Amino acid sequence: MIKEAVNYQVPDLHGYYGDFGGAYIPEMLQQNVAELKEQYLKIMAEPAFLQEFDLLLKDYVGRPTPLFKAERLSAEFNTNIYLKREDLCHTGAHKINNTIGQILLAQRLGKTRIIAETGAGQHGVATATVCALKGMECIVYMGEKDIERQAPNVARMQMLGAKVVPATSGSKTLKDATNEAIRDWINHPNDTHYIIGSVVGPHPYPDMVAKFQSVISKEIRIQLKEKTNSELPTHIIACVGGGSNAAGAFYHFLNEPSVKIVAVEAAGMGVHSGMSAATTQLGKQGILHGSKSLLMQTADGQVVEPHSISAGLDYPGIGPMHANLYSSGRGHFISATDDEALDAAFHLSKTEGIIPALETAHAFAVLGKLNLTPSDTVVVCLSGRGDKDLATYMKSIQTHP
Amino acid sequence: MSRVQSIFSTTKQPVLNIYFTAGYPTLDSTLTVMDLLANAGVDIIEIGMPYSDPLADGPVIQESSSIAIANGMTIELLFSQLKACRAQPSLSKIGIVLMGYMNPVLQYGFNRFCADAANAGVDGLILPDLPEYEFEKEYGEIIKAYGLDFIFLVTPETSEERVRKLDSLSTGFLYAVSSSATTGGETSFNLVSNYLQKLQSYQLKNPVMVGFGIKDKASFDAVAANSQGAIIGSAFIKALSNNTSLDELVPSFVKSIRP
Repeated sequence: MIKEAVNYQVPDLHGYYGDFGGAYIPEMLQQNVAELKEQYLKIMAEPAFLQEFDLLLKDYVGRPTPLFKAERLSAEFNTNIYLKREDLCHTGAHKINNTIGQILLAQRLGKTRIIAETGAGQHGVATATVCALKGMECIVYMGEKDIERQAPNVARMQMLGAKVVPATSGSKTLKDATNEAIRDWINHPNDTHYIIGSVVGPHPYPDMVAKFQSVISKEIRIQLKEKTNSELPTHIIACVGGGSNAAGAFYHFLNEPSVKIVAVEAAGMGVHSGMSAATTQLGKQGILHGSKSLLMQTADGQVVEPHSISAGLDYPGIGPMHANLYSSGRGHFISATDDEALDAAFHLSKTEGIIPALETAHAFAVLGKLNLTPSDTVVVCLSGRGDKDLATYMKSIQTHP
Repeated sequence: MSRVQSIFSTTKQPVLNIYFTAGYPTLDSTLTVMDLLANAGVDIIEIGMPYSDPLADGPVIQESSSIAIANGMTIELLFSQLKACRAQPSLSKIGIVLMGYMNPVLQYGFNRFCADAANAGVDGLILPDLPEYEFEKEYGEIIKAYGLDFIFLVTPETSEERVRKLDSLSTGFLYAVSSSATTGGETSFNLVSNYLQKLQSYQLKNPVMVGFGIKDKASFDAVAANSQGAIIGSAFIKALSNNTSLDELVPSFVKSIRP
């Protein structure tokens, strides 16, 4: 039986995980967010909704994704390492678990127009995909700088029929794309649903996205039981930007004290280099995109532009669930630098024949820092595949023979 | 009676509230702009505290905020600029309201912010991303303790029940957003009239000031016919971005609204 813990898994009625969360939104968003808050749990509990969600996850996304024992990696670290293969999902990452759930929800709310933000483009592609599947209008906001950096994903979104709108305000990256998407929602209060891509934003988004992604840990428990005779690993490891794959991978283990929760943030050029995205190390309590969480900011409360080699971890905040895991000590937060992530990506490719996304590579970069033993069972969430990062990998292929 | 409340009870014509961003167009222009607005006959000045991620604002105000931040504007500096303002005869009676977002205020320290605002002669606060749940639970009492007004926003989508709730929590005035949009957008004033007449029929405790999309005499007069006045922001910021001297520009802008 999976127990629901009030403190770590699920926020209170007002969307708080401990001190973090809430819905710090202007009145212009109130109606949209209130409608979602009143409806999401009801809709997500409807048998017809669950049936369609499960069927699409199975036949369209390709779930359950395998849990693969990485034998060579296990031997190298003298332990037992299992990989949760979210990279094998349709569109190449876990992001689609959430967009499938939200598009079904949007249909039931009577919405006809979908908006989304995207950084690296993975969430944008996953949103454009489900909009094509359901014949819905799709507008994706993407920072002008990211559009230049992620051309293949821009082309994928366009081929899927989405309109990609450059965010030209502020720093012209993910946080600004999110601002523009929220503004679009303010300007379209009736027909539009906003599919947020991570466990961020005003309540109920963090809880809703975590619930859609929780299929990851639900499957891990079943698969581990088959393979090891125990549902519980000793360690579950995932990378964290906003934190959606981590929320999904941790979810059904949060209330199991024996499971060590390991969240890996992007340290960029080094945590204290001034070029980093390690929010729990560098952030202070603050409010961004509608929730109170940890936030990288100046002493005057202006939001700081983070840096990571991986565009998906390049976010100045972190979901409120993770902020609570950090501050309560339930989660162990460590970080990996750009170089460590690159090394890990090449190493995984050569050791197990799997090219991971740069985001995902951060999770593998910490295996050597955990003092693993032969009796440990370690699950790493392999959140996405690395095709989109080939241009970056090619630049350092000479230094990784 | 607060200063803002007395402005509504003594002003015969519709109340004119002009918004500008602190530290824009230049770091030191804050008091100059205020002085010129006051001399031109504006009733309330709304000063924007610049923030890197102003969700409720459109491109014009965001751009002015980015420039103000680059100029070096901070809450700390704004308070030091405002300290002397009430000693100036032109600014002794005008309403001064601060508008901004929660994050910079929380970093400054909410209690300290309210204390320093009151001390600098500020009358009231507009913090669009402070929701009523958190206001009632934590922040409302602090605001009240320092004698500051707090102004909530309502929109055409806000239910009657919620309008009444937000009116009961507000002091000074209630800010009616003309349409569901970010600041600086285009607005249909026929629809706005219906909405404002509905608000009037509620017989609220606070005067209603209309904002978003008010940009000239025609739009000001249109909304003022069914409210106590209006707030002009983006149109004034746009005017400030012209490289004309402030001494000429500010009075002529105000005159174009209220000859």
